[in-house]
Amino acid sequence: MSAARQSVAVDAPLLNVEHLTMRFGGLVAIDDVSFEAAEKQITAIIGPNGAGKTTVFNCLTGFYKPTVGRLALNHPTAGTFLLEQMEGFRIPGKAGVARTFQNIRLFGAMSVLENLIVAQHNKLMHASAFTFGGLLGLPRYRHAEAKAVDLARYWLDRVGLTGRADWDAANLPYGDQRRLEIARAMCTQPVLLCLDEPAAGLNPRESADLNQLLTYIRDEHRIGLLLIEHDMNVVMGISDHIVVLDYGRKISDGSPEQVRNDPTVIRAYLGEEEDEELPPEVAADLAANRD
Amino acid sequence: MEYFVQQLINGVTLGAIYGLIAIGYTMVYGIIGMINFAHGEIFMISSFIALIALMVLGLFGITWVPLALLITMIATMVLTSIYGWTLERVAYRPLRGSPRLAALITAIGMSIFLQNYVQLLQGARVKPMQPLFTGGIEIMRRGDFTVLVSYLQIFIWVLTVALMVAFTLVITRTALGRAQRACEQDRGMAGLIGINVDRTISLTFVMGASLGSVAGLIFLLNYGVIDFYIGFLAGMKAFTAAVLGGIGSLPGAMLGGLLIGLIEAFWSGYFTVEYKDVAAFSILVLVLIFRPTGLLGKPDIEKV
Repeated sequence: MSAARQSVAVDAPLLNVEHLTMRFGGLVAIDDVSFEAAEKQITAIIGPNGAGKTTVFNCLTGFYKPTVGRLALNHPTAGTFLLEQMEGFRIPGKAGVARTFQNIRLFGAMSVLENLIVAQHNKLMHASAFTFGGLLGLPRYRHAEAKAVDLARYWLDRVGLTGRADWDAANLPYGDQRRLEIARAMCTQPVLLCLDEPAAGLNPRESADLNQLLTYIRDEHRIGLLLIEHDMNVVMGISDHIVVLDYGRKISDGSPEQVRNDPTVIRAYLGEEEDEELPPEVAADLAANRD
Repeated sequence: MEYFVQQLINGVTLGAIYGLIAIGYTMVYGIIGMINFAHGEIFMISSFIALIALMVLGLFGITWVPLALLITMIATMVLTSIYGWTLERVAYRPLRGSPRLAALITAIGMSIFLQNYVQLLQGARVKPMQPLFTGGIEIMRRGDFTVLVSYLQIFIWVLTVALMVAFTLVITRTALGRAQRACEQDRGMAGLIGINVDRTISLTFVMGASLGSVAGLIFLLNYGVIDFYIGFLAGMKAFTAAVLGGIGSLPGAMLGGLLIGLIEAFWSGYFTVEYKDVAAFSILVLVLIFRPTGLLGKPDIEKV
């Protein structure tokens, strides 16, 4: 995909979404949305149901080809990738974009450890000389596999699943499955991690653990996180930057403080507060008529 | 007793052939949920390739059996794999994401096409081959009846077991096998962690074809006659074996192949040879009635 790769402009943000539009027939799911996501920051995308948040993720990870728009990912070492031009399976491997889902999609019949190792497939496939080396147990493959296991163990420790490494993923409790999904995504060694409602269905304690994990990833691994979330405790607690969508349009963009106080955001979530929003002369008029 | 042992030996040999072919069916079904009905034809083509390879080697004066066999086996595996890869690339990949019925009908079409292709190229008459192996080990005797394990049968068992072990290692231990299992469970997610799903599917066809090709070689050595039509019945039997063992399950395919081979051998030994196919398929019907997922298959649990 050399066509999709360019050199990185200095100080370019990690992810630069420009004029993203996604139409399905007559339905406009995303309408001219532009935003940026930076390294070492958690960028949250929020908005009421049906605002187009997941569609943005689907465009970023190659599930959909955007109707219009440019999705530039500025990889710190490998150059710039235009995600909208890449084949889906190359996006995680080459551009370093990883993703988790709203509904958990682990490989249920594999062990917890294997879920993390299969996420490092490309490195291992390469090292195994397309299987024959792996079959013969050549040192190069064994070495690569040992490294893969090390990385997997690191993340198992991080998410507290080391004791359950041999369990089938499907048998884990719900909260563990959520954390394992994040660990698996991190095992692909991404530069941008897209999380689709990671806190959905978690109890307050698990949700607090999640906050800790996400800030840890941001601070220690220095990658960008893109977060779709409804749980405002999570969003306001850990986000550095929030983008608000409503009906496929961006209605607000800024720090948590700015977004929280933005009247358009409040309106989108709570509906019009007619009395307070009316201009004074209209209010006076109304009051006069009421008498 | 002696007669029983002899049939057992024959049955296991037959089971090896069915088991090797059945793996191809079950793997493809596991990964893309499609029955590749052209797989029997791939097996048939491979036995032709093996025959031609042996002839060509004979022409060059390579008649030392181990060397000739080794070269033949490698050539057969490679060439048959190319057939398997091409089949997937040409006939099935363009239909990915289309309804299952479309892929199924294409598979049947490819099966008929390959049969006729071989018939046109190689003629419709049966092709005989001189036996490569002679002799065997006598393990039992009573009166005139001797129980004989031929060297060929020993070769077949060793080869089959070795291949199945190697194959199991690939699936359980290597990156490719892990990717295949991941694709089997969730193709979309496999793509999202960077697995090249199309290539993994292609390699699955290649693996299935190369195991089937060894079955083709064994068939040629064991029976000594082949024609363009052998793929149909062997394919049906192997498919039955895969379903019997539980389609999608690899140990199931091996077990199913062995069982079908044994049923056939015992039936033709104790009852009538003419009805041996009836016996094999009847067992299939019974198993499907009482255990619809096959012997080792896992029931599909619908998630709510």
